Amino acid sequence: MSLVTLARNTGYAFGENRVTLVAAIILALLTLFAILGPSIAPYDPLLTSATTKLARPSLAHPFGTDALGRDILSRVIVATRLDLGMAVSAVALSFVLGLALGALAGYFGGWTDRIIGRAMDTIMAFPLFVLAMGIVVALGNSVANIIIATVIINLPFYCRFARAEVNVRRELGYVEAARMGGNGPLRVLINHIVPNILPPMMVQASLNMGWAILNAAGLSFIGLGVRPPTPEWGIMVSEGASYIISGEWWAFMFPGAALVLAVFSFNMLGDGLRDLLDPRKRV
Amino acid sequence: MPIAPGCVRLSMGPHPLRRAAQAVAAATMAGEPLMAFVWKRLLGTIPSLVGVVVLTFFISRALPGDPAAFFAGPAANAASIASIRATLGLDRPLPVQFVSYIVDLAQGNLGRSLTTGQPVLTDLLERLPASLELSSFALLFAIGIAIPMGVWAATRINGGVDHACRALVTVGAAFPTFFVGLLFVYLFYFLLGWAPQPLGRLDEIAFSPPPRVTGAYTIDAVIAGDWPVLRAALAQLILPAISLGLFALAPIARITRAAMLEALSSDFIRTARASGLPVRKILMAYAFRNVLLPVSSVLGMVFSFLLGSNVLIEQVFGWQGVGAYAVAAVIASDYAAVQGFVLMMALLYVLLNLLVDVFATLVDPRVRFEG
Repeated sequence: MSLVTLARNTGYAFGENRVTLVAAIILALLTLFAILGPSIAPYDPLLTSATTKLARPSLAHPFGTDALGRDILSRVIVATRLDLGMAVSAVALSFVLGLALGALAGYFGGWTDRIIGRAMDTIMAFPLFVLAMGIVVALGNSVANIIIATVIINLPFYCRFARAEVNVRRELGYVEAARMGGNGPLRVLINHIVPNILPPMMVQASLNMGWAILNAAGLSFIGLGVRPPTPEWGIMVSEGASYIISGEWWAFMFPGAALVLAVFSFNMLGDGLRDLLDPRKRV
Repeated sequence: MPIAPGCVRLSMGPHPLRRAAQAVAAATMAGEPLMAFVWKRLLGTIPSLVGVVVLTFFISRALPGDPAAFFAGPAANAASIASIRATLGLDRPLPVQFVSYIVDLAQGNLGRSLTTGQPVLTDLLERLPASLELSSFALLFAIGIAIPMGVWAATRINGGVDHACRALVTVGAAFPTFFVGLLFVYLFYFLLGWAPQPLGRLDEIAFSPPPRVTGAYTIDAVIAGDWPVLRAALAQLILPAISLGLFALAPIARITRAAMLEALSSDFIRTARASGLPVRKILMAYAFRNVLLPVSSVLGMVFSFLLGSNVLIEQVFGWQGVGAYAVAAVIASDYAAVQGFVLMMALLYVLLNLLVDVFATLVDPRVRFEG
């Protein structure tokens, strides 16, 4: 596809749906924050100050300061990298693993299918957030393990999706033809089937991003994974929560709002992509 | 897939009870009475149970984290860790450990909590009613609002309720539960002063808990006939239950709306309309029944969500349930307690899914034929 066609197609996609455009712009901004992070934050996110504890939002500190006098705006900006990073890597990993497992199960059927299916059923037999808690506690309290836990609880969705998609295509004409042409099973799977199930899987992934962010933030809200003083939205909400009763709302409100904004944009973008790909699913 | 032709028409039956009777009759004719289905479904949970037990075992023993080091605490040296490993039986081969784990489980022994010093099972059972009380109220709230809302939205597409329904679904998918809980606290406690201080299940200074029968304060207060305590317990319950229920509400409302739309566009509704039946009867007696099955199918997901988010909401509102217990255990690296909590939630979830399935076959006998 030439660049011009790409641009035209993108224009068409967003022209249909303004909300998708807004979501894409917000996400581009967040990505920018994630990349530039510390260099555009007005203050050092870890810099405490005894004189400006819990200061109201002002010109000097647009989002106010927290209980240790740290600038909340800077912390919210710097946290973007960690929050998006955890979610993106978890979704990417479960995408790849789920695709591989689901494609194998769907293509080969039989015992492969039964074993993989049973493993996924076992994961789904747990309330997922509770399972994630258990996994992080067992593996040790670290950011990497939050990602692993999020991968595990997301895996069944990708795996089942890929399995179903491969299963329908397994006996289709072009697959039969590829097989007749002397391609081995793995080659048929990788070169002929998987490229066709990637687009719907991508939509799944973008719809799943928001959920992955919420999950990681929920885990850090209860004190798993991210350690203070690291800036991260979930832990910042939890740190700010103690001051609500005395009316200092800004300490929990802004990181929470950042969380909502990110999740909302991913959901809207996912919805937009889905509409584009399959207009029938529009409700 | 083949569907017994009579069954589709069953959804036109005049009365729920008679319909249920017809469902049982239809199933019996097909050679499978209701109880047989329940037994079969009960057997079907065995693989899930085995999976749950195996996975919790692996979570606790086979993964890189070292329980002995956890139990020994931060001040331990290599020798004390080794001795703890021996007393916990962690130096034995994995299969042996697995067998003793199963034996312990069968005796209801989940180990001892480091923080409370009590058996984990005792701790969990003591706190479970509080969590169930919260989740049940949240679920009642969600179903009570979501189903009328979904039905209404489907009858007036693009009307006010439809837009509210859509907005709610969007919000439900984008807001973290804990953040909404905190927003409610700020709004209804700090700004408006309508809600009591969000610190637990009862204002223990002004009231004493009712004598324990079920463990749920609201029910116990009713049993004891203690109306002021009931009022106080409900006042504490309302915010956490609504902030939890709001998220269960969204998927139920969405599925109700979609199922209702589909039912309303089907032939038998057209026939009913053409026959001049009153709108209320068409909606409530004929179309609405077709909503129950899709709703029961999302309930599994809703329960998974409720049991997980309970943890976060209990943390926000200082609710003394199993979730808050688990969070305290997580922070203290209280290994056995977390593991017991995960196991208990998983068992509860398997049980709830079983109930949902049985309910699904009661509302729609087709489930049994397709199963």
